[in-house]
Amino acid sequence: MTMMKAETFAEIASLRERNVIALKEAKEAGARVVGTYCLYSPAELIVAAGAIPVSLCGTSQNPVPVAEKVLPRNLCPLIKSSYGFAVTDTCPYFHLSDLLIAETTCDGKKKMYELMGEIKPLHLMQLPQVQDEAALDYWVLELKRMVRRLENAFGVKITEDALHDAIRLCNDERRSLQALQDVCRQKPAPISGQDLLTVLHNRGFSVNKRDAIALVDRLTKELQDMAVAGVSPFSAKTPRILLTGVPVGIGSDKVVRMVEESGGNIVCFESCGAYKKVEPVEEGTADPLLAIAERYLRIPCSCMSPNQGRFELVERLAREFRADGVIDLTWQGCHTYNIESYSLKKYLQERSGIPFLQIETDYSESDAGQLKVRIEAFLEILHRSLGAT
Amino acid sequence: MTRLAAGIDIGSMATKAVIFDGEVRGEAVVPTGWEPREAGLRALREALVGAGLSEGRVERVVGTGYGRVSLPIFDRKVTEITCHARGAYHLNAGTRTVIDIGGQDSKVIVLNHDGAVADFIMNDKCAAGTGRFLQVMAGVLDVTLDGLGVLAANAEPASLSSMCTVFAESEIVGLLAAGAGKEAIAAGILASIAQRIQGLAGRVSVLGEITFTGGTARNPEICEVVAAHLGVPLHIPANPQLVGALGAALIGWDA
Repeated sequence: MTMMKAETFAEIASLRERNVIALKEAKEAGARVVGTYCLYSPAELIVAAGAIPVSLCGTSQNPVPVAEKVLPRNLCPLIKSSYGFAVTDTCPYFHLSDLLIAETTCDGKKKMYELMGEIKPLHLMQLPQVQDEAALDYWVLELKRMVRRLENAFGVKITEDALHDAIRLCNDERRSLQALQDVCRQKPAPISGQDLLTVLHNRGFSVNKRDAIALVDRLTKELQDMAVAGVSPFSAKTPRILLTGVPVGIGSDKVVRMVEESGGNIVCFESCGAYKKVEPVEEGTADPLLAIAERYLRIPCSCMSPNQGRFELVERLAREFRADGVIDLTWQGCHTYNIESYSLKKYLQERSGIPFLQIETDYSESDAGQLKVRIEAFLEILHRSLGAT
Repeated sequence: MTRLAAGIDIGSMATKAVIFDGEVRGEAVVPTGWEPREAGLRALREALVGAGLSEGRVERVVGTGYGRVSLPIFDRKVTEITCHARGAYHLNAGTRTVIDIGGQDSKVIVLNHDGAVADFIMNDKCAAGTGRFLQVMAGVLDVTLDGLGVLAANAEPASLSSMCTVFAESEIVGLLAAGAGKEAIAAGILASIAQRIQGLAGRVSVLGEITFTGGTARNPEICEVVAAHLGVPLHIPANPQLVGALGAALIGWDA
């Protein structure tokens, strides 16, 4: 398979390293840096406080053994990796952060954050786990608490105007990310899932959002041109997969890699850094904080109960991206996604009947052989329904 | 259509080969050992000798099992999930579910009316509920796999709480020390495998006739315990261990 790549891709592939230097320089020039782990962290508030929001490391197996000196071994690898990076001080973005924003999403994370708070100042947002009116009222109060924390930490005032500006900027980022992912609606897609994930992962470490938006837009344009010219690493017979479930990034991408090495193509990531992220905040409302709260509380994460929004999103995206199969990736020890997999499978079977595979694994390579059997067998099912032998 | 096809199933414990030309002409089972490539070639040679044929006559070779990546003679590689489904459907067209307990993993496969795989589920990465689990436990009791079944035949099962091979082994050592009978422990081991399969089967929609494949299904006591747990009769092929290789040969023959 010859990989025709957009020119801008190489630039984005090396973004992570260059961003560290840019972040260090910005910090030396007096900028404040706020590290986040989760899509529930309202980036608008950080931007409105004049600080730089950055995603922190948590997708590598490397620091897991160190984390296991403190954390239980059977905890989800994402939590162990995040803590391991922090405690070994091997994530440059963590190192450069003045403040961490964290949320009470799952039990594992919230207890880990108690320990992480001993390493660096950490603001824990109490996230409601239901998406109703009372929860929204509470979540608005939590956003106000975060505003005060940022204002006190950095000696700034977060104004309504600054919030409106931040909403517009973050919405433009979402528009840009959606446009990028939407190029894969094209059949065959002009970019592999592995490369798309690299872009989505690396842009999270950007220092300047406007630069990152411009870069992603440039890549999207190149990919759109490739799609028009019919350039693709895949064929019309390549099984198209929608990947849902736990967050994935570079380092925790083994399932993405295996699917594409086995002849499939991941055309859509219904995950936190990808399509779950693209829904905009309502602009120009009288109460920008409420608009932000509404949008973030709607995020369909498995820590919510019920979480009907995720079922509907997966079903809709599978249809819109013309997916042949759905793979639900769940990390070992992630109880919420693991349990929800049963309901998601049932929901999809009752509607579209699209072939569905749940994969439960961790960041290590120890189960590579068994995973390959599952993935190849799943692709054999899809090939058969695509009429190929 | 291919006139003579071979299927080779290189599993973690045994390597199987089937020669097919419209009917089964030859078959062989050899231990995989530490050299899966050599085991694959040896199984093919033995199956050909049994069929009275020379290697040159085989037009297509399809490989399956964990060792499927290792042989250059394969014209095609197909997962054991698709192969077991194909083989079981060929032997009994009423099959809608295949339960396969292999050396390294166990799976439940759901088939459509036309024999195509509709869904499947496999055990997670540990050895719980696999042939390897049975082998280790038989070793603790100092009997063979067949001997384990004989021991278990008429005993009331001792309750084993652990599915993990390592923990179950210590649990059995503890039970023996506490004076539990070997027969009861053997029956407990079989029951724990059946519970594991029952748990797996509960995660997919098991419908229609069930065919039980894999080397473990050669043991009549295990078949009985699994059938009792699922509450339905099982179709047991004459040689359940060869179903994967048969499926591979059939896929080669279809091409």
